[in-house]
Formats: sequence, C-alpha cells, structure tokens
Amino acid sequence: MTDKSLSGRAAIAGLGVTEFSKNSGRTELRLAMEATLSALADAGIDPSEVEGFSSYTMDKVPEYEIARLLGCKNVKFFSQIPHGGGGACAPLLHAAMAVATGVAKTVVVFRAMNERSWYRFGSGTYGFGSTPIFENVNYGWYMPYGFHTPAAWVGMFAQRYMHEYGATSEDFGRVSVAVRDFAATNPAAFFYGKPITLADHQASKWVAEPLRLLDCCQESDGAVAMVITSVERARDLKQKPVIIKAGSQGIAEGQQSMTSFYREGISDLPEMGVVANELYAQSGLGPDAFQTAVLYDHFTPFVLPQLEEFGFCKRGEAKDFIRSGEHARGGKLPINTHGGQLGEAYIHGMNGVAEAVRQVRGTAVNQVADVENVLVTAGTGVPTSGIILGVA
Amino acid sequence: MAEQEWMSEVRAKVGREYGRVYAWDEVNAPMIRQWCEVMGVDNPLYTDADYAATTEFGGIVAPPAMLQAWCLEGLHANNYAPGSTDENPYEVLKTMEAHGMPSVVAVNSDLAFERYVKLGEKLYYTTKLEAIGEEKTTALGTGFFVTLIMSFFSQKPEGDEKVGQLTFRVFKFRAANVPTAAKADDKDSAPAVHKIKRPKPGMSDDTRFYWEGANAGKLMIQRCTCCSTLRHPPAPVCIKCHSFDWDTVQASGKGSVYSFVVMHYPEVPPFDYPNPVGLIELDEGVRIIAGLVGVKRDQIKIGQRVQVEFQSFDDGELILPMFRPVAA
Repeated sequence: MTDKSLSGRAAIAGLGVTEFSKNSGRTELRLAMEATLSALADAGIDPSEVEGFSSYTMDKVPEYEIARLLGCKNVKFFSQIPHGGGGACAPLLHAAMAVATGVAKTVVVFRAMNERSWYRFGSGTYGFGSTPIFENVNYGWYMPYGFHTPAAWVGMFAQRYMHEYGATSEDFGRVSVAVRDFAATNPAAFFYGKPITLADHQASKWVAEPLRLLDCCQESDGAVAMVITSVERARDLKQKPVIIKAGSQGIAEGQQSMTSFYREGISDLPEMGVVANELYAQSGLGPDAFQTAVLYDHFTPFVLPQLEEFGFCKRGEAKDFIRSGEHARGGKLPINTHGGQLGEAYIHGMNGVAEAVRQVRGTAVNQVADVENVLVTAGTGVPTSGIILGVA
Repeated sequence: MAEQEWMSEVRAKVGREYGRVYAWDEVNAPMIRQWCEVMGVDNPLYTDADYAATTEFGGIVAPPAMLQAWCLEGLHANNYAPGSTDENPYEVLKTMEAHGMPSVVAVNSDLAFERYVKLGEKLYYTTKLEAIGEEKTTALGTGFFVTLIMSFFSQKPEGDEKVGQLTFRVFKFRAANVPTAAKADDKDSAPAVHKIKRPKPGMSDDTRFYWEGANAGKLMIQRCTCCSTLRHPPAPVCIKCHSFDWDTVQASGKGSVYSFVVMHYPEVPPFDYPNPVGLIELDEGVRIIAGLVGVKRDQIKIGQRVQVEFQSFDDGELILPMFRPVAA
C-alpha cells in the first residue's frame, strides 16, 4: 500500500437512520436533519465540526441548508453524485478522498427522500420536455413507445440474460425469497414478519415481463446519514470504526443510464467490473474476503451479473450459486441481510450502506458471524459505484 | 344488462322524505347585508330599510338566491340548528360508494321560488330522494344520476307555507380507467376530457434526420462519412474515429428481436396493455428500440425475424417505426 492509497485512511464513525415508511409525514429536509444529527450523536462529534458533505444529485435537500442548520462555519468540500442509485456508494468514496487528502476532516454523507409520498419513480410519467438537452433527446427513443419505467428497462437486459445463460424467473424469485427472509426478521423492514415463498413470487403479477411484482423493490420514504472522518480520529470516538478499505465509481464501454442496449453484449455489467477491479486493487482483497455483501437490488435480475462481475461465481453461473442458496441465510455469501430494497426499504441504496456498517460493527439484526469485510454496490444499469467496508 | 342486486336496496329508498333541517336564525338584516356585500349585490331593496318601505313589500326582503343559506350548518360540518333531523339524505350515495363508485360530481342545482321571504321569518327544509336514473356511462365514468329535492318552508301559526325549492342532482360513479374524449352526441356527458397523446420524442440537430425519415416512412441510420461506421442512437461524433462528418443511409427495415419486454403495469394513458417493446438488431448491425405489433405476448422469441412498418398516432402528429414478425 502506498501513501497515495485511499484504503484504510477514512472510517465511518457515525450512523443515523430515520424510520422507513410509505409516508414519512414530514419534509425531506427534516428527515435529512434527523438522520444527520443522529449520525453525529452516534459518533460523538459536535455538528459544528462538519467540514464537508456528499449526497446524490437527485437529493432535493441542499447541503448548504444542512450546514446552516448544523451551525457549520468552515465547510470546504461538497459534492453530489449523479445517476440515482448508482450514487449509493460514491458519496462515501468522495468523503473518504476528502478526508484522506485533508481537505475536510469530517464529512457527512446523506440521502433523504419522500420518494413514495412525493414522487414515485415507477409511475411512468416524467417531465421530459421538448428542449434539445441530452436527456430529453435520449429518452425520446423510449418515451413515445411507453417504454418508460425502470422495471421495463431492466427487463430488457434480464430477458437477454435469461436467453444466454438459462436463468429463469424462478432464479430471480430465489433472490427475492432470500432477502424477504431477512426482512422478515428485521423490525425496521417494511416487510417485517412477512416472508414469501417461491410460489408467491411466481404467482405475483407481471409488471414488465420478465419482471414480476416481487422482482421489484419498494418505494419508500426515509433518510440515512453517516459521518466520515480519519481512522485515527475514529479510534478515539464512541463507536467501533468502520474502515473504508476501497471505493470506486464505474463507467464502462458503451455506458448509458438504464439504456445501455447498444453494447456488443447486454448480459453483463461491465461498469460493475470496473468497480470490482478497482476495489480489489485498492484493498488487496478478493472475492473470498467477504462474509456478507450488500448487492443493489432495485430489481432482482441484476443481482445475478453482480455476483459474476465480482467473481463470486463464473460468468453465467450466478443462477447455480443462487439455486444452491449461497446468497441466502446460512449460505456462503448471505446478501442484503437487512432485507434489501426489496424487503427493508428503498432509500436509493444508502440503507444498504447502513447495513454494511452494522455488519462490521457487529450490531446487525441478522448479524453474520465474524464479519471482517463487507462489499457494498450501488445502482445497476447506470454509472455506478461500490465500496468495501471492514474492521481495522 | 341486469342491474346489480344491491341497487334494489338503493331503489327502495326512492321517494323517501327526510326530516326537517332548521335555520339557526330567523331571516335578519345583518346576514342579508353581509351576503349582499360578499356577492356584490347592491339592490337597496335588500339593505336600505327606508327605500324598502316605499316598495310593494313594505320593508326589507331577503334575496331569493340566498334561500339555501338560511338553513346551512355554518362553519363547522354537521352543526345543524337544534331540532334538525340527523337522517342523511345522502345515505344512498354511501351505499353506491361501498359498491365501487367512489366519485361524485354535482351536475344540477336549480332553485325555484314561491315568494320573497321577509325579516323575522323562521325557515326549515325537508328533503326527498326524488329519483335515481338508469346506469349511465359518460366521459367521466359509469354510474347513476341521483336527484334530491329540498323544499323550504316558513313556520306559521296557521300552517307552514312553502317558499321555494332546490333540485340538486349529482352523478355518483366509478371513474373511467382511461380518460377519453366525450362523444359530441352524448348529452349526459361532462365536458370532454383532454385526450392524452403519446409523448413526442425529444429532438436535436444530431437526431432530427431519424424522425424526419420516419415521417417519410423511411428508417434512417447515421453513418460516419470518414470510416463508414453505422451508429445508433445518433451522436454528433463517430464512436470509432471521432470524425464529426456524417450522413445517413436508409435501412432495409429487416432485423431480428435481440431482446424484448412486455409492459403490464402501471397502465399509463394512452398506451394499450400489455405493451410489447423490442430491442431490434437491424440487419445492418445497429440496434433500436421500437414497439412490436402483430404479436401475442407469450409468443415473442429472441431471434424472431421482424420487419419495420410505420404507424401513425394522434391524428398523424407522431409517426413511429414499429416492428412486425415475418417468416425467417
């Protein structure tokens, strides 16, 4: 490891989450403040010490307002990550870089949204206007056909993946059943106490064939925030430090956002391959180093190529990994032990990062034994990101 | 179509009279003055006692249109004057609601007057469930017209005297799933609902040729004039050689299904569901997204040969390439 490496320089020292719901009944700013203040209290860091922020471009809560309400006087770093859930891990990467380079000693990352009660990403209605900015023109290839929901875009990749590798709707269902099993024992999950069977999955209605209702994540309100500071400082704080061992964003050849249909093949996730290579290079770790992982699960089909891109199994063999139950409770690599976005809540992946923090601390409700390293990935089908969190 | 069984329970109530609802206050000058002020009525007959004394009425009378105001509940809901009935003339609407007709719209409110009412008169009204029409489908949805008649009386020692009545009609209905334009000859329909059109594609200088080609019934592909690489979606620069020079070529329109989805939910107007959409690999080598026609949702196969055809939407405002299966 060289001095320039990011690995092991910064740590997550505080975690704050609100409850997750279908209608928070309060503003996003309030959710963000509740999570942020809770994270700072968890760390034992005074709010006035915060020097940086990172969130998503899609987050409607500006960092300056959080800074104003926290009473920050010396904010030197702020960034926002585009591409929706693809930004789930990148704020941690940005925060770690700011801390490692000394630009900001303490950084808050956050995501606060009333997605369910205020917007609903899956509604199929968007305000794509007529001005020739890139996004309007780009989605012009799809909107006139009513090809306009994330589930449908993912379905296009999933259909081809099934065709090439022999994966089935039941394999997607096995992902859903396993995470709902974890959600069933997580009191913070929307589907707490409500496990499903593969038959339930197969009986659920079509949303966008080959995706059924139970292949699709929820829509949720809620917020998550974390406090990142140097590993040295984190050691003197209240909580067991959660070390950021690697972080990367990823764009690969032929990348678009949800519509990378024009690549040579569409059955893999090469941008996740970019992230995997960088994470392994930074950390010196490999697929065997993880006791659990949080793999982005807005829709079940993309969990399979993620397992392949990170080398947990060979190309096209994720279905076998899943049929053996290796991703489920008691398997070789239990994934999404909080219940995932399918079972706990859809907070754009940030609730998955929160679960990884708890697994490293040893405080998860579905705690995996002897956790040393946890992989977390961000949104699939979009320019994405990933991090490795672990014990010192 | 035979009427639903639960409607007989509703129809049994037609003709029923509901009890009295009393006015909180006798007809009085301050309320009349305020009503006139709010409504912008400046007729001195209602507000100027000296003037009113010189008229055939011999004093102030209430504006006839104010009739309903005397017996209203006031600021707080269901706060009716003492002695008023607690029967609800709208009970049939609740029954209809329980059977899948949650929406309501008021369609008629007709006031008729027997005479002017004077200061000091004490009013009440009774309600009759006058009629429930046959099931109707309008542009708003399917349901029933329900007519109530409220008769207003003035209390008199020699026998109460009717002073006017209000005929109030509502349409209680299940909203149509897809808003459609009302037919011009449908007299019962509400004003036409705005017809929802397909979203128009965003266009730029890099992509306009494609949509102009579609309007002319041609499927056009962008080509680099430097290295001849075809590309879609169109872009200002070649992905291979980075030349900004390009022209277009007309595609054969033949290709095969590389992947597809069949959209079911949510159902968003104006699209029909299930809605099959294909990722088509053209024989020239590029892929495009387009709707599939002439296919059953469970018979689409990857590799299926398809041929382009151009379909017109929204009275010719939008021409889209669509693909139809053809023999291999």
